[in-house]
Amino acid sequence: MIDLVSIIKAAVLNGTPLLFGTSGEILTQKSGNMNLGVEGLMFMGGSFGLAGAYIYSNMAGNNAKGYMAIIIALACAFIAGVIGALIFSFLTVSLKANQNVTGLALTIFGTGVGQFVGEIMRIRIGGNVTIPNNLKNAFVEPVMPLFLRKIPVIGEVLFSYNIFVYLGIVMVVIMSYFLHKTRKGLNLRAVGESAATADAAGINVSLYRYLATCIGGGISAVGGMVYIMTISGCVWNYSALSGEGWIAVALVIFCFWKPLNALFGSILFGALLILYLKVPLAFLPTQIYKILPYVATIIVLIFVSMKQKKKNQPPQGLGVNYFREDR
Amino acid sequence: MENVHAIELKNITKTFGKVVANKNVDLYVDKGVVMSLLGENGSGKTTLMNMLSGIYLPDEGEILIDGKVANIRSPKDAYNYHIGMIHQHFKLVDVFSAAENIVLGLNEKGRLDHKAIVNKVKELADKYGFDIDPNKKIYDMSVSEKQTVEILKVLYRGADILILDEPTAVLTPQETKKLFDVIRAMRDDGKAIILITHKLNEVKEISDVVAILRKGEHIKTVRTSEVTEQQMTEMMVGRKVELNINRKMPENQEPRLTIANLSLTDENGIKKLDDVGFIAYSNEILGIAGIAGSGQKELLEAIAGLRKIDKGSIIYTPENDSPQELVGKSPMAIKNAGVSLAFVPEDRLGMGLVGSMGMTDNMLLRNWNKHKGILIDKKDSKALAKDVFETLEVVTPNIDYPVRKLSGGNVQKVLVGREIATSPSVLMSAYAVRGLDINTSYTIYDLMCKQKDNGTAVIFVGEDLDVLLALCDRILVMCDGRVTGIVDARKTSKEEVGLLMVKAKEEA
Repeated sequence: MIDLVSIIKAAVLNGTPLLFGTSGEILTQKSGNMNLGVEGLMFMGGSFGLAGAYIYSNMAGNNAKGYMAIIIALACAFIAGVIGALIFSFLTVSLKANQNVTGLALTIFGTGVGQFVGEIMRIRIGGNVTIPNNLKNAFVEPVMPLFLRKIPVIGEVLFSYNIFVYLGIVMVVIMSYFLHKTRKGLNLRAVGESAATADAAGINVSLYRYLATCIGGGISAVGGMVYIMTISGCVWNYSALSGEGWIAVALVIFCFWKPLNALFGSILFGALLILYLKVPLAFLPTQIYKILPYVATIIVLIFVSMKQKKKNQPPQGLGVNYFREDR
Repeated sequence: MENVHAIELKNITKTFGKVVANKNVDLYVDKGVVMSLLGENGSGKTTLMNMLSGIYLPDEGEILIDGKVANIRSPKDAYNYHIGMIHQHFKLVDVFSAAENIVLGLNEKGRLDHKAIVNKVKELADKYGFDIDPNKKIYDMSVSEKQTVEILKVLYRGADILILDEPTAVLTPQETKKLFDVIRAMRDDGKAIILITHKLNEVKEISDVVAILRKGEHIKTVRTSEVTEQQMTEMMVGRKVELNINRKMPENQEPRLTIANLSLTDENGIKKLDDVGFIAYSNEILGIAGIAGSGQKELLEAIAGLRKIDKGSIIYTPENDSPQELVGKSPMAIKNAGVSLAFVPEDRLGMGLVGSMGMTDNMLLRNWNKHKGILIDKKDSKALAKDVFETLEVVTPNIDYPVRKLSGGNVQKVLVGREIATSPSVLMSAYAVRGLDINTSYTIYDLMCKQKDNGTAVIFVGEDLDVLLALCDRILVMCDGRVTGIVDARKTSKEEVGLLMVKAKEEA
């Protein structure tokens, strides 16, 4: 029983970076843009978020406040992601470059920039002491009131998490409401399904694609920051972060492009990521455990491809650039 | 203010690269008038209308709405000027409901209230006599329902000028009649309506005036009541043309293709063919009639070896040779045996042609395996491309120009011309004249008749009943994947075939 609770807790914590990465990419893909640069965006978010918190703690000195560090890290990561996604949008929406190639280029660019900034901090300043402990704690400490956390089992499972978990939940609920209940959301989905239709209906296709891709990119980048600041303990850790972005892209398919599904999908994948720590079996090497998320993705892809249901399909115009006078 | 027209085009010119689509076009339409826009393929009808709806921008000239210069730079602007276009290829989002498609892009205030929208759409539908379920998803809809949604979408935006691009191309005679009633209702409501069509009888039936385009230029606008079909065709083509199909009585018939108990289920588990059986003879054109999606496509694909069948047999008897079973053979083997399929899909480029390649290279797709060696020999393909270019009068800058950039009708000429050139012993063609102008259509009918006279068994899936009756020797009617009758084309009537087309539905 205790074991299960700790597995759930770990799954949620490890799933949160994925939740941001995935839901950002869902927003992007709903507009018809297939941004394969999530890995790069998460690297940029991770390193710039850490750098933001570091610069703040240096400037504020002893007066540094935990919540300010969180806000600054969030803002830095988000802006880094927006800039990365802006490059992608400009190339694909304005210049009509191939989306897959551009996405891969963004991954290479983003991981490079992220690694550069991260390594500078790690080597020059010393990895473990980048920011003081009181700020580090702000990122990981539980935010729910004590009496809720005290409830046996439920308190542990539902109320024991850091601020980013709840932020992520609120975000996907808002995103889901936006996509399915508002006119702007309807318009956005139309742009992703059939840009020509949306255009003929008087929707500004380029504007919607730019906005969705940039905001989505920002949200994905926050995922990288959450990973570095919580799981990796405010230490730049290249090898741990690498791969998160790709899993996030896989999760988008796993979740059938629905933000609410991302909530459960990311927790499941979070569990798969930490299974080797929580349920070690002597005869299974950890390497086998570590490929589990990828195996799960492949299995899901097989099932999705076999059952071609209309409502579980990707946006029809996904990956297709729109040029009005094309014929 | 007598000279104020609902819409007026002045000196409009539009070019695509080297191709001149429209040249100095002057045209106007008044309120409460239905105007037909008539012209050969590639004469620039659709391009001209796309400039009104904001898809293309004119290179030169101006557009006047209610006498004032209008600056239409996007579809949104077009809506603001109350212009609505119903495109040939519907612009609808498949996974949305009818109501969602209709309100798309309208930035009305407030939350997306599904119930209120549904009610508003229903109200509008009742006003013009449409029968539609606003909650139905587009992917569940028939072609005519989709068209209804398109029209409602335009009306919902308060359009006063409606442009319909070949609206009847995919409708049954009954649906066409319904559509014309709606068009009349809209005309009486004071709207200006522009109709692009190839069917001269429809021009006569529905429109008040007809404007004729030839090679991108506006030739003349006349009152429909004052011209004959023959005159319209001549203005369109620019010279005298014969509108006769030279149908000879078939001679020396022998069975070529014997099909029995053919059943087929598609990948979604829907039964597409149910116990289909018939014989196709040499020296004969067998027409296949039916509402779109009754299994015509699947039947031809099954014969060509492109689809797995559940059961049944397809026996092919070549001239002076013993019969052979085609089921289980590869498409290539069937092709080499002499059974050829010229299928013209709705999007034309989907099957059979590679858009970014020129005519020569597309011809090569059929010829490549005739030559030995590792290098490509383009000589035959080039000769064939030239031949098709000349006999079918394909409008293209040169034969190596990417076919994707040609107008729809010209793309089709390339496809059909290539298939006929292989001189097969069974020639199957589906929708060979879909979207083709009258002159080119007759060129194609003529080619079909020549094939028949040479002893080919021709299977012709068509949409226009008048054509089927005039061209074919026998007509096989399909409904819901079943054969509901095979009639003699010389003796039957449009009504009889029309009834057979919906027979299975009524029995069910």
